Amino acid sequence: MLTRQLGYAVQKPSLYGNGDTQVHLRGLLTENLSLNLQTCLATAEACGSSVTYGSSLAERRCVEECRSGRGLASSRSRRRTTMTQSVVVQVGQCGNQIGCCFWDLALREHAAVNQKGIYDEAISSFFRNVDTRVVGDGGSISKGKICSLKARAVLIDMEEGVVNEILQGPLRDVFDTKQLITDISGSGNNWAVGHKVFGSLYQDQILEKFRKSAEHCDCLQCFFIIHSMGGGTGSGLGTFLLKVLEDEFPEVYRFVTSIYPSGEDDVITSPYNSILAMKELNEHADCVLPIDNQSLFDIISKIDLMVNSGKLGTTVKPKSLVTSSSGALKKRHKKPFDAMNNIVANLLLNLTSSARFEGSLNMDLNEISMNLVPFPQLHYLVSSLTPLYTLTDVNIPPRRLDQMFSDAFSKDHQLLRADPKHSLYLACALMVRGNVQISDLRRNIERLKPSLQFVSWNQEGWKTSLCSVPPVGHSHSLLALANNTCVKPTFMELKERFMRLYKKKAHLHHYLQVEGMEESCFTEAVSSLSALIQEYDQLDATKNMPVQDLPRLSIAM
Amino acid sequence: MSIVTVQLGQCGNQIGFEVFDALLSDSHSSQGLCSMRENEAYQASCKERFFSEEENGVPIARAVLVDMEPKVINQTLSKAAQSGQWKYGQHACFCQKQGSGNNWAYGYSVHGPRHEESIMNIIRKEVEKCDSFSGFFIIMSMAGGTGSGLGAFVTQNLEDQYSNSLKMNQIIWPYGTGEVIVQNYNSILTLSHLYRSSDALLLHENDAIHKICAKLMNIKQISFSDINQVLAHQLGSVFQPTYSAESSFHYRRNPLGDLMEHLVPHPEFKMLSVRNIPHMSENSLAYTTFTWAGLLKHLRQMLISNAKMEEGIDRHVRPPLSGLPPLSKMSLNKDLHFNTSIANLVILRGKDVQSADVGKKFRAYIHQYTKFGIEEEDFLDSFTSLEQVVASYCNL
Repeated sequence: MLTRQLGYAVQKPSLYGNGDTQVHLRGLLTENLSLNLQTCLATAEACGSSVTYGSSLAERRCVEECRSGRGLASSRSRRRTTMTQSVVVQVGQCGNQIGCCFWDLALREHAAVNQKGIYDEAISSFFRNVDTRVVGDGGSISKGKICSLKARAVLIDMEEGVVNEILQGPLRDVFDTKQLITDISGSGNNWAVGHKVFGSLYQDQILEKFRKSAEHCDCLQCFFIIHSMGGGTGSGLGTFLLKVLEDEFPEVYRFVTSIYPSGEDDVITSPYNSILAMKELNEHADCVLPIDNQSLFDIISKIDLMVNSGKLGTTVKPKSLVTSSSGALKKRHKKPFDAMNNIVANLLLNLTSSARFEGSLNMDLNEISMNLVPFPQLHYLVSSLTPLYTLTDVNIPPRRLDQMFSDAFSKDHQLLRADPKHSLYLACALMVRGNVQISDLRRNIERLKPSLQFVSWNQEGWKTSLCSVPPVGHSHSLLALANNTCVKPTFMELKERFMRLYKKKAHLHHYLQVEGMEESCFTEAVSSLSALIQEYDQLDATKNMPVQDLPRLSIAM
Repeated sequence: MSIVTVQLGQCGNQIGFEVFDALLSDSHSSQGLCSMRENEAYQASCKERFFSEEENGVPIARAVLVDMEPKVINQTLSKAAQSGQWKYGQHACFCQKQGSGNNWAYGYSVHGPRHEESIMNIIRKEVEKCDSFSGFFIIMSMAGGTGSGLGAFVTQNLEDQYSNSLKMNQIIWPYGTGEVIVQNYNSILTLSHLYRSSDALLLHENDAIHKICAKLMNIKQISFSDINQVLAHQLGSVFQPTYSAESSFHYRRNPLGDLMEHLVPHPEFKMLSVRNIPHMSENSLAYTTFTWAGLLKHLRQMLISNAKMEEGIDRHVRPPLSGLPPLSKMSLNKDLHFNTSIANLVILRGKDVQSADVGKKFRAYIHQYTKFGIEEEDFLDSFTSLEQVVASYCNL
């Protein structure tokens, strides 16, 4: 009755119809598997047998899908469980360029991990599986083989240049053309134009795109917003939509990756834009990862030095360069920012790795906010990424592993110019990928702890996670996120640059002539930043105080 | 009599898998240490306790798997099925999409009530499958969100619905230097709630087991699965069938009841710990010469040296007679007692309460808990109840 199909063996059900038919799936699922399986199941049910299934997750899910699809009684109590999804929102030129690198890297990572081409839960967190033959909105496939992957992304830019380039490049099929918002004129490096003018102009469209992307998600957990602080669109419109997201999706986390302008930034008004944007970040973001261009540039230089130094016996695996990409944008001229953008892309991938892939100690995205944000205002996390490259020597002795941990706490590997070792740690998270075990982690924490200063009420403030899947080209990697008062100097410097311009009222008229902008916007923004700096100050003041022994609660027996 | 195991959160599920694996491979290993009849009786008893029979001979674990995110449960299910020796029931798991985010309040106040019915349904089905039901064995950790928060909620529910059956909670005390930053808060809240609703709390500390792995078993790179295996090994010794007083072929029928009867005489003192010897890597086993008497003496010494309160020991320490060593290669002896390591626990708990206290003074992270309905009064309640427990142990 049940025939032998390619790739799996089926036993005949017992004559009395009460035996178990074991449909044990092995090997690759073929495209017609679901159809075949449905027939098997139908026949099995008809014989009064049940179906047990094999071990691979994808295979089991497929059977599950078939069952639930046919509404078989036996499967009704079994829940379909999928992982959570995240949506990436890339705003402005910088945001879109970084976003592009991110998607390229994400595809490569999944291609390396998912060799069979099955659309599994890990991919679903960032990509949709779409049947391109279906016209219109439908065509979403949630199981089986990968047909066509679409990124869960919303691309916003008020100039067409960058987005157009993406859409003509090798990644054009990854993006859904319905998820773009573009304009022609640009924001002119003016936060007010981005925030007030384009904000009100595109508010409805933005809301609609977000709702659409949320609908495509089974369980939306997080929005990742990528933008720069110094320009107009990324800074102004990027922070405008934070408020929109907070109102519309209050339960969904908002993780913001912000590129802060370095001192030698060529945009004169970048301090204005940054401070005005900071106020929004203070109030509406759940978690901010500040990054500055200078640090990225320093990292690039260091890598270049390493690669070109030609030291005897050290050859760097080209694929392992944290800056390598397969050219997301047109290869005509490799832009200088490509390498830097790749670093940020790596950061985002590593951040989400423990939520997407399995490991012995998982860390979901909501745990980042829970553990690293002790007070709602202080949600700025300094990140550092190691290793930046792997040498071709595959055998990694434990010393090399320890070196990775030490590097994570050195200034060279940080994505923000800051000095955490000499400031106060409020909390620290270590996210490890690859074949690293808990004992290695503990050994290194014990080793590094004495040199770091933790706040008095959180002396053991470490959050750790172990993910078994390493990133592309490496065998291990470590991402350290620190909530540390060392961000204070960055903010103070920003404020100083702002005040220098503001005192002279330089360029102010460009902002004030925008409808809805007044001087009070500026003063409020500055005071918001000052309040933040003050909070960090207060914590710093407790730095060298001895740990107080609070009296224990005494109770009557 | 059967025990239903409830595995909660990543920790609970990972450990639960190792426990069942250890139990089954233990009862199947052939060492030729005893006669065939004894062997079979032992196997039957062990199997009935933890597994139910399936028609094609593959035992199904009497377990309910609960987690708020799917990765770990999927892994656990597939590992069990892959072993070919046993597996989990198809409908015995409950899973959601998004985890609890290490937030006790989220696990207790949000996930708990929301999924109360479904979880209790699954548990009820599992209990109905048992011919004679002994009690619950709940495995959870204290540091995270699901294991701790949802675990506390589920235990409370079990107390309400199955007030006649016994519950033993196996809780994992996290590493001293953090796995999770808010673990102090989570632990305090969990302990205080569990003390009210559970019958016995069996504690295991990650630090201690880590040391065992490092020093005694000589494992170089210790992974969580190593730690879990040692744990499973210890738990196995606790739950494996022991002889009853009558004859050598009748095993004690009521594991949980027996344990509770002897070890938790007073409801105020519920915390238990396990001492298990010998621990060693498989390689060195061939070179050892252990005798029963030697082991007992060693164990007694362990107890005595650890305890700071000498009086309690004589009355309460009672090694159960494991007439038959477990059929596998390792551990022979187990000794459950609740006194000796209490000193340690008091100190540990003291430290925990203190660090949580300091945190609370600065109101760090409190906003994450109040978001989900745990107010400061709840923290205060938890602190007070734990201080009471600490005080009563100190008075012993």
